[in-house]
Amino acid sequence: MALRTEELMLNMGPQHPSMHGVLRLLVTLDGENIVDVRPYIGYLHSSVEKMMEHRTYLQNVALADRGLDYLAALANEEAYLLAVERLGGIEVPPRARWIRTIMLELQRLSSHLVWLGTWANDLGATTVFLYCFRERERLLDLFEQVTGGRLHYVYFRPGGVSRDLPGGWTDRVLAFCDEFPDHLQEYSDLLTGNPIFLARAQGVGVLQRDAAINMGACGPVARASGVAFDVRKAIPYEAYAEVEFDVPTQEAGDCFARYLVRMEEMRQSVRIVRQAIDRLPAGDVRAKVPVAVKLPQGEIYARTESPRGDLGVHIVSEGADRPYRVKVRAPSFANLYALCEVMRGWKVADVIAILGTADIVLSDVDR
Amino acid sequence: MTTPPRRDTASLSRPESVEKTIAALDRLPVGGVILTKVDALLNWSRAASLWPLGFGLACCAIEMMAAFAGRFDLDRMGVMPRATPRQADLMIVAGRCTLKMAPITRRLWEQMPEPKYVISMGSCATCGGPFYHDNYSILKGIDEIIPVDVYIPGCPPRPEALIEGILRLQEKIKSGPFLRRAAAQGA
Repeated sequence: MALRTEELMLNMGPQHPSMHGVLRLLVTLDGENIVDVRPYIGYLHSSVEKMMEHRTYLQNVALADRGLDYLAALANEEAYLLAVERLGGIEVPPRARWIRTIMLELQRLSSHLVWLGTWANDLGATTVFLYCFRERERLLDLFEQVTGGRLHYVYFRPGGVSRDLPGGWTDRVLAFCDEFPDHLQEYSDLLTGNPIFLARAQGVGVLQRDAAINMGACGPVARASGVAFDVRKAIPYEAYAEVEFDVPTQEAGDCFARYLVRMEEMRQSVRIVRQAIDRLPAGDVRAKVPVAVKLPQGEIYARTESPRGDLGVHIVSEGADRPYRVKVRAPSFANLYALCEVMRGWKVADVIAILGTADIVLSDVDR
Repeated sequence: MTTPPRRDTASLSRPESVEKTIAALDRLPVGGVILTKVDALLNWSRAASLWPLGFGLACCAIEMMAAFAGRFDLDRMGVMPRATPRQADLMIVAGRCTLKMAPITRRLWEQMPEPKYVISMGSCATCGGPFYHDNYSILKGIDEIIPVDVYIPGCPPRPEALIEGILRLQEKIKSGPFLRRAAAQGA
């Protein structure tokens, strides 16, 4: 006769050391097996979309930095400004487009490094966290030299970027690009051959290709399930149409595949940065755009590939100097729900491993 | 910040031999420690091993993580994050606190054992921030629900600023004239 067990409701979060922010998961357990997972969100709802309606298009750049995905502030600025520039018909000078491409890819590196460090830390590999943050500090130094900020930059402006690159900066970036693949190998040596890590990651939390598409999973999560879609390739923006890079995909759809995809993405980012620096044209970095820029009446939706996936911004304009409505399509939100569906049937310890590979930022989920 | 007098010789009348011994001990490098008050000894040990609650709310938590990592290394000050409030004596409120999160933050603070200290990291935790002062969902300052010892300005503050805040808190702890803080100080 089988032992009858009672189901247990377990609250994980909002304060949990591995929750990547203030997320509450209501986990229903049968013994150690997960019966159901329900995410409760809204603990970091900062009403950014509403606030954007009361600020000018220029002021909103600073809000896009903070109110959305704070690990990739430049990617938010890009998505927001792409919408503004397309609706207003603002032409961005070529040099600014290439500078933006460089900065976006460096941002992807720094964001993925935080992901790798925190996820490995959750799985018990503390060393990787320290190593990742060592390289991230060098990236933040590079950002600081250009923008003056470490986390929130407010660097992109309607019609370009706020200032040109400082002298010698590209050489420092190239020096970083030379060393970085070795560091990636270092992380890989620490994790990929580690039997404990493999046991926690390989075959765990498989997201099937159909399920990934149906649930709107995007970015590295979808690509690890075999969906070869990258906005940078499919609908190129900035200078992505002119650089060569591969879109890494994996078929397995498990945590290990998501890890492999992100590691390969970092190598591709280094490749893009090198090409962009090689081909960086001279010229202006900012088009002549009035401070109180007014957009014509209309609607626009712009989508970009942020480090977390398909980040889209929808702006409705009534012809004023501020938007009538802004809607953000957040990649973390879609990925969180896709992976919570996947968690059923796994052990309670796998919640952290699976959630970690979603690479969610709660500010992006709640907005 | 003034440090309390180490020894109050006026109120005690000691035999001359004891005074001589004290004077001799004072000249030794460790003599001051031996004769210090229990308060100061406890405060000194508390200040030297602050265990914050590993608790991040928003962007500032990333800078807090950077402060714990290699370059800034808060371990140097004896600061080491704990996963549960029961083991922590310092709460670093890093980031904006929503109205939905406020009761939970308050409860976490209540779960921490005395003596406990709070650092408000960043403008959002301090006053609702440079950006969220006019919205409906963000608490306008964490000091509306829990007492704060040190405020760190910035959006977000650099890790150096967090270190400065912790050093200020250590000064405050060392100068505190108490064995035990009043439980609900003004909150």
